[in-house]
Amino acid sequence: MLSINDLSVSYGSIQALRGISLHVEAGEIVTLIGGNGAGKSTTLRTVSGLLSPRSGQIQFEGQAIQGQPPHLIAQRGLVHVPEGRGIFANLTVEENLQLGAYFRHDKAGIRTDRERALTLFPRVRERLQQQAGTLSGGEQQMLAIARALLSRPKLLMLDEPSLGLAPQIVQTIFQVIREINQEGTTILLVEQNASMALQVAHRAYVLEVGCIQMEGDAKALAASDDVRKAYLGAH
Amino acid sequence: MADFTQTLMTAAAIGSLYALIALGYTMVYGILKFINFAHSDIVVLGAWSSYTVADQVLPRLGYDSRTIPPLWIGAVILPLIMLFCGFVGYVIERLAYRPLRRAPRLNVLITAIGVSLFLQNLGQLDFMFGASPEKMPALLPSWELASFSFGTGEATRKVVISLVDTMIFATSGTLMLVLEYLVFRTKLGTAMRAVSYNTDTAALMGIPVDRVISFTFVLGSSLAAAAGFLYVMKYPGINQPAHTVWVLLGLKAFVAAVIGGIGNVRGAVLGGFVIAFVEQFGAFYISSNYRDVYVFALLIGILLVKPTGLLGSPLREKV
Repeated sequence: MLSINDLSVSYGSIQALRGISLHVEAGEIVTLIGGNGAGKSTTLRTVSGLLSPRSGQIQFEGQAIQGQPPHLIAQRGLVHVPEGRGIFANLTVEENLQLGAYFRHDKAGIRTDRERALTLFPRVRERLQQQAGTLSGGEQQMLAIARALLSRPKLLMLDEPSLGLAPQIVQTIFQVIREINQEGTTILLVEQNASMALQVAHRAYVLEVGCIQMEGDAKALAASDDVRKAYLGAH
Repeated sequence: MADFTQTLMTAAAIGSLYALIALGYTMVYGILKFINFAHSDIVVLGAWSSYTVADQVLPRLGYDSRTIPPLWIGAVILPLIMLFCGFVGYVIERLAYRPLRRAPRLNVLITAIGVSLFLQNLGQLDFMFGASPEKMPALLPSWELASFSFGTGEATRKVVISLVDTMIFATSGTLMLVLEYLVFRTKLGTAMRAVSYNTDTAALMGIPVDRVISFTFVLGSSLAAAAGFLYVMKYPGINQPAHTVWVLLGLKAFVAAVIGGIGNVRGAVLGGFVIAFVEQFGAFYISSNYRDVYVFALLIGILLVKPTGLLGSPLREKV
């Protein structure tokens, strides 16, 4: 569904990605783990068109998308929930949700998707008329995912959905990620919380200073000594 | 009492002009975070193209300078001028500002000054509006809608509600209500507010950011055009395009936007009225020599007490 081939990205003279390749197949949850500054967010920001690659190809459903503007990439069904949630704090929760469906015109479909998103996140439904800025961190993350669902994503890219949240909320969010996937949405998940990510994912890539170090079955990676030492806190 | 009422009505008319212009500054700042110095030149363009159209069209319809044309002529000219200036605003954004989308903000700011100088000098050329003042043909009869008398005997003072002031207030009020509706009640308006909060995230929602920005310029420029049109209704002596009168008008509208809280649409309207009241009452009760001083003194005062403006949200440090 998504395939990235030999992708390099630089910020000025600093090379953030050094020729990474990865692929995501329809129906999968794939996770990209790695430490701070490994290039995880850069990968997502490049795929969604916010950054332009220096070289390499990005294909979505067989079509090259690198260099396209972000709003067109989102309209293809490749939807990115950025790190820090990207909530519009100056708008109400309801308005935030409406923007998720900004480019869609199928009223009935939007209503169905809105219902589905609000069923997944009942706490968002309770707060529809509130300013989004008044929500707690966990609620904002829920709103961000709910809003992304209104774009009817084929591939949903989540950047650090667990960042700064209480463990209980993280559980809820990962439960919903699993449900969304079971209903047919492919997911590319970037996480620092490697143990959570490896539990929910089918496959995983380990990114270190701009290069893919390891890849494979999530369960196998979670069991491997290198990953356990570096990312899971085992000794 | 009579003086007070009369000053109040003048201030309301002038305030609505400041508010119309301030809206353009504030909307562009809200989205692109730079001051569009060329905005006041769109007001000038609106004023001068109103004159040009009226000057060309009225004689052909058989009205000379002594006969007042029917009201519908003004009602046709206004939307035409707004459309035209909205288009010019679009072109300016497309050619001058869009190529600088990823450039540092200072570059855009300097470019805006450049565009402003360009428009001022272009306007003075002979094939444009020329470098000498003109007189706007009257489009409105100088009716007094109503008049009241205060006091008795020799102390009687008359207060006049003129058609021009009423038209200015009503037209601007209508336009501001339309804008309020657009910004706060429509999908496009929601997108505008989203883009102004975070451009990148808005793009990730599939919102065509460039189109939203273009739309903002069209809106702001057409409001500025309306202000230019209404301004020459009230003050028919049109100064040449680079005259300081225009610069000062734009500057005061900018001050209005800052006082109201730049980036805040309702704040711009509030700021417009506030500075008009301060200016007009100061001019009447203290001295009209210092009318500009009151406005800028108020600006300094507000910046000291509430740097984000009356309705501006406090700056939050992001953690």
